Amino acid sequence: MATADLPTTHADDRPLEPEMIPLVENKHTLVSIGDAIGGVVLAGKHPRGWWIGFLAGFAMLQILGVAVIWLLYMGVGIWGIDMPVAWGFAIINFVWWIGIGHAGTLISAILLLMHQKWRTSINRFSEAMTIFAVMCAGLFPLLHMGRPYFFYWLYPFPNVAGMWPQFRSPLTWDVFAVTTYFTVSLVFWYLGLVPDLAALRDAAQKRWQRIFYGILALGWRGSAIHWRRYEKVYLILGGISTPLVLSVHTVVSFDFAVSIVPLWHATIFPPFFVAGAIYSGFAMVVALAIPIRRWYKLEHILTDHHIDVMAKVMLATGFLVTYGYVSEFWMAWYGHSLYEWGTTLQRMFGPYAWSYWILIFTNCVFPLTFLWSKRIRRSAFWLELICISVLIGMWFERYVIVITLSRDYVPSSWGRYAPTVWDYATMIGSMGLFLTLFFLFIRYLPMISITEMRELLPKKQGGGGGHSIMENAP
Amino acid sequence: MSTPDAPAGPRPYGLLAEFETADAMVAATYKAREAGYTRLDAYSPYPVGEAADALNFPKSEMGPVMFLGGLTGACAGFFMQYYLNAYGYSLNVGGRPYLSWPSFVPITFEMMVLTTALTGLFALIAICGLPRYHHPLFNSKAFDRATRDRFFVCIEADDPNYDPAATRAFLNGLNPASVEEVLDE
Repeated sequence: MATADLPTTHADDRPLEPEMIPLVENKHTLVSIGDAIGGVVLAGKHPRGWWIGFLAGFAMLQILGVAVIWLLYMGVGIWGIDMPVAWGFAIINFVWWIGIGHAGTLISAILLLMHQKWRTSINRFSEAMTIFAVMCAGLFPLLHMGRPYFFYWLYPFPNVAGMWPQFRSPLTWDVFAVTTYFTVSLVFWYLGLVPDLAALRDAAQKRWQRIFYGILALGWRGSAIHWRRYEKVYLILGGISTPLVLSVHTVVSFDFAVSIVPLWHATIFPPFFVAGAIYSGFAMVVALAIPIRRWYKLEHILTDHHIDVMAKVMLATGFLVTYGYVSEFWMAWYGHSLYEWGTTLQRMFGPYAWSYWILIFTNCVFPLTFLWSKRIRRSAFWLELICISVLIGMWFERYVIVITLSRDYVPSSWGRYAPTVWDYATMIGSMGLFLTLFFLFIRYLPMISITEMRELLPKKQGGGGGHSIMENAP
Repeated sequence: MSTPDAPAGPRPYGLLAEFETADAMVAATYKAREAGYTRLDAYSPYPVGEAADALNFPKSEMGPVMFLGGLTGACAGFFMQYYLNAYGYSLNVGGRPYLSWPSFVPITFEMMVLTTALTGLFALIAICGLPRYHHPLFNSKAFDRATRDRFFVCIEADDPNYDPAATRAFLNGLNPASVEEVLDE
């Protein structure tokens, strides 16, 4: 990037980054930002990539429809679950999806509190990703119940049987954690959208757009008093979402760690799960950002610098996850527990050893070797490949954990687990649900926060000079 | 026939001055308050903290509101679990006490977060008087740019010092891009 055309810094502009890399390319104004981002939604012209992505997702969604109807007709017996592996794909996919969702909250909340202004270009669509990923995640426990129409039995509600949930069980904690997570993510996302929806309402030319965005914008008019309240709420939501995102995956890990299965009953599980969640979530954000910014020509707003920073976060969390694998091995060996060590050997050399080594290769060896190189971090093709590798690796991590059930204390209780075609159909279908929702989101809602990009713009160009919400919301 | 007591047509909502920069809007807000106006507001496409300061709104009420919401949720969450597992449907798990508070921590926390967030959302909407799909300011064509690239100050007609001519002259003295009367209809 040539330094010659950098704008001279206004006295009131806060430095955006220590190295002063512009997070939004030069020559933008308040109007051009609104048009670049809002135009995607309002103009209604969509690149071929959008149609390919949407139709692929929609086709996969039909597979989900078939799989769910057959499941409701036949029952969960159509899946490969049986003793001793009674959870199977349902819990693997649940944990995988909810982990992917965590990057959205991390980007929108934790990076907000840390003044990481580069989050601005990616927070909106990673928050959307969170919501859709949590929807996909929630699907699996619901379907695994066998009688999903009784899902409300999970919640405490007065009933003639006088039954109440058992609040000392991690499975009940999980219900509350995931419900809260979904609701709070939705609130956070919607609140961030309100000023942008107002901007779309005022910029829209078509009548239906003015009505649609007008209703969603709640009559927002940008009053200074309203902004002050709004920023306070947004800041507090960021503050409470930060422990929330950590708590949700911690509770998910309790589903495993509170049991007494060898290698599950470990105190490392909560931090290890959280790190893995962030790892896979960032991989998904980057995997989606690379094609989308290219299709919509948004490289001037979602710059190479953003992608590079996210790849660095992946590098860091990748090492945390690897530390978790090494630690599991070490604890099993050092702990001198016959069962821990025996299960470790089964995991590494037993009938499912292939899945363990796929995990190590796709999650640790391949990404963590190549992410060090700046050239690879800035190469769309290689980074996309690495992200897909991490997504596969994190899926296999959960597979390896769940499959531990097949070989535990007594050989007489050993068994094998094999997914059926309906397991695969539900998994592919959930990806279809995710892609369909995601592409509809891109089509109808601004995928980057217009308001926050305007705040980031230097004062000379009419913006807020990199003013952050922390400074505005006493 | 119109008389001075009952003027024909809609009443004015206020006078709306348009500015090109946030700094000009903030300066105008300060000057308007110095001139004795109390019923006014500033509008901008992105938050400008100084404008709220100029309007003498240094701190919003949302913090205590959300704190109370969260506290209520946390207490309700904790006692719900204790009551339901001790009295509603007594579960004796391995002889552990009914008030086994460590196992109630996760749900207490989740309920706290949930109620804080929902209180924040609904309190914000309610305290700001939203949703309000029509507002007199939306009658102004220029005001469309309040979410785009312009900054506005509106002195409202119910201000005790409001006078159509004098207030307009005052606003014109602040070097605005335009001044217009917005009708309340």
